[in-house]
Amino acid sequence: MAEMIATRDAYGKTLVELGGQRDFFVLDADLSKSTKTEAFGKVYPHRFINCGIAEGNMMGVAAGIAATGTPVFASTFAMFAAGRAFEQVRNSIGYPHLNVKICATHAGITVGEDGATHQCNEDIALMRTIPGMVVMSPADAPEAAACVRAALDIDGPVYIRLGRAACPVITDTPEYRFTVGKGQVLAEGSDLTIVANGYMVHLALEARGLLAQEGISARVADIHTIKPIDTELLADCARRTGAILTAEEHSIMGGLGSAVAEVLGECCPVPLLRMGMNDTYGKSGNVKELLQLFGFTAPHMAEKAKALLQKKAAR
Amino acid sequence: MQELKAKKLAEMANLIRRGAIEAVYSGKSGHPGGSLSIAEILAYLYFEEMHIDPQRPALPGRDRFVLSKGHCAPALYAALAHRGFFPVEELRTFRHANSRLQGHPDMVGVPGVDMTTGSLGQGISAACGMALAAKRQGQDFRVYTIVGDGESEEGQVWEAAMFAAHYRLDNLCLFIDFNGLQIDGPVTEIMNCTPHDAKFAAFGWHVISICAHDFDQIEAALREARATKDKPTAIIARSVKGKGVSFMENQTDWHGKAPNDEQYRQAMAELRAISEQITPKGDVSHG
Repeated sequence: MAEMIATRDAYGKTLVELGGQRDFFVLDADLSKSTKTEAFGKVYPHRFINCGIAEGNMMGVAAGIAATGTPVFASTFAMFAAGRAFEQVRNSIGYPHLNVKICATHAGITVGEDGATHQCNEDIALMRTIPGMVVMSPADAPEAAACVRAALDIDGPVYIRLGRAACPVITDTPEYRFTVGKGQVLAEGSDLTIVANGYMVHLALEARGLLAQEGISARVADIHTIKPIDTELLADCARRTGAILTAEEHSIMGGLGSAVAEVLGECCPVPLLRMGMNDTYGKSGNVKELLQLFGFTAPHMAEKAKALLQKKAAR
Repeated sequence: MQELKAKKLAEMANLIRRGAIEAVYSGKSGHPGGSLSIAEILAYLYFEEMHIDPQRPALPGRDRFVLSKGHCAPALYAALAHRGFFPVEELRTFRHANSRLQGHPDMVGVPGVDMTTGSLGQGISAACGMALAAKRQGQDFRVYTIVGDGESEEGQVWEAAMFAAHYRLDNLCLFIDFNGLQIDGPVTEIMNCTPHDAKFAAFGWHVISICAHDFDQIEAALREARATKDKPTAIIARSVKGKGVSFMENQTDWHGKAPNDEQYRQAMAELRAISEQITPKGDVSHG
């Protein structure tokens, strides 16, 4: 049984590790206990700035610090980072291409009990449209740590989407190599490819197992970087498997599903189905209940995959 | 203030005004009213107060200026050009395609622009970030910013005001360009944001009220700001929107439009006449 760790925990831990090696500031908006930046604040209080419940100002302060030459990590919930402060991120950070890494936690429905107001299913769509913004959504703790480390080496703005809920560690394999902008094939298959990111990746691997029991061979690709997206790998998946199912804990409008559809539409159209939040808000409930309610489970995904194969066969 | 220094500064403010009008006229678009109201403040900051080097615009220890009311870029560009950051002739490319002089200040393209601004309420937050970075990194540079009175209707201005006082940013000095007018009319009619002095004081700032067009008052206020410890300083600068051009003064309409040929000629003639009063022909200090 794989170890269970939330990507936000990996973020907090990685910040502390990096703090000893690199110079940067960490900003939070009164959510440091939840975003896990609190640990950095305890070890490096001089480089930690709590901005209070004022996300717009926090993004501006981050921009100002970055303008003096020191990188900044700015954290709050995805709803407030990408949603509330969108325009500050766009104009004060994105447009001048400043070195601010927005690490937003509590993305998607796995926020759980807090409900729709705090479950951001639109952040990737928003951040992806900002020119020059690198957008990542790691699948598990090691990948989240890799994203955070890589972000510091990028000269410019980065958005990293992190989750509240613990999820199994799946990328701690000898074959796994993390590169920004390069997807990772986690399992081979030939009938279809499940292209997933974030919390959905481990479910995709589970779904692959269910499909295998029915003689269906699914490839699983982890697209941790939504922008720049790995066009090459997606084209390869389209050519080799002829059908793609996208899975994301985000609206199917503007997120991974849309990004994949854009690539396929332009370079290699194949049957596609998108799995995610379909023009709807989240709800209160525990994570398990919500995953069931919105159909974010391996059996649901396997059913979608079979529907996709029918589409492929009807071609 | 010494007469020579006062004359020099008055002439610089006049050059900034003429540069701003030139830019807006050439661009056939822009914001003359609020550009003219901040000319003395910019003249004092760029020609007297700030430690900057046009030859090394990115010097890490330099003082910073953030034009939070970014639409008044014509005045900022004119100040930077006359200070030697780029050729004065370039002002004529303002708002043209392929010019680096964008409609609102762009720190990436223009030497001397310390922060990209234009969306109101955001520059003051960036100024706070710069001031805090200086403090946390043991640097002694100061940060100056100008926020418009209309701009102060943005909630983010008050988030930043809270932040600056909380972190005791005494290296931050804010000017409120209090010209009393915004796009749709007088600020007291559109959304009354007064009194600024009591509000900033309540937020924990040191507050000074001055006339924005009086160099002695600007100098005294900046000296007082520098001497103030543990608190940021807000200088409420009562100004005349459109100052220096008779038909633009206190006219809401001149917030954001360019003069036509005739208006341009008249505006420049009026400003040149003011310049000649400052430094009569034959005066060696002229030009």
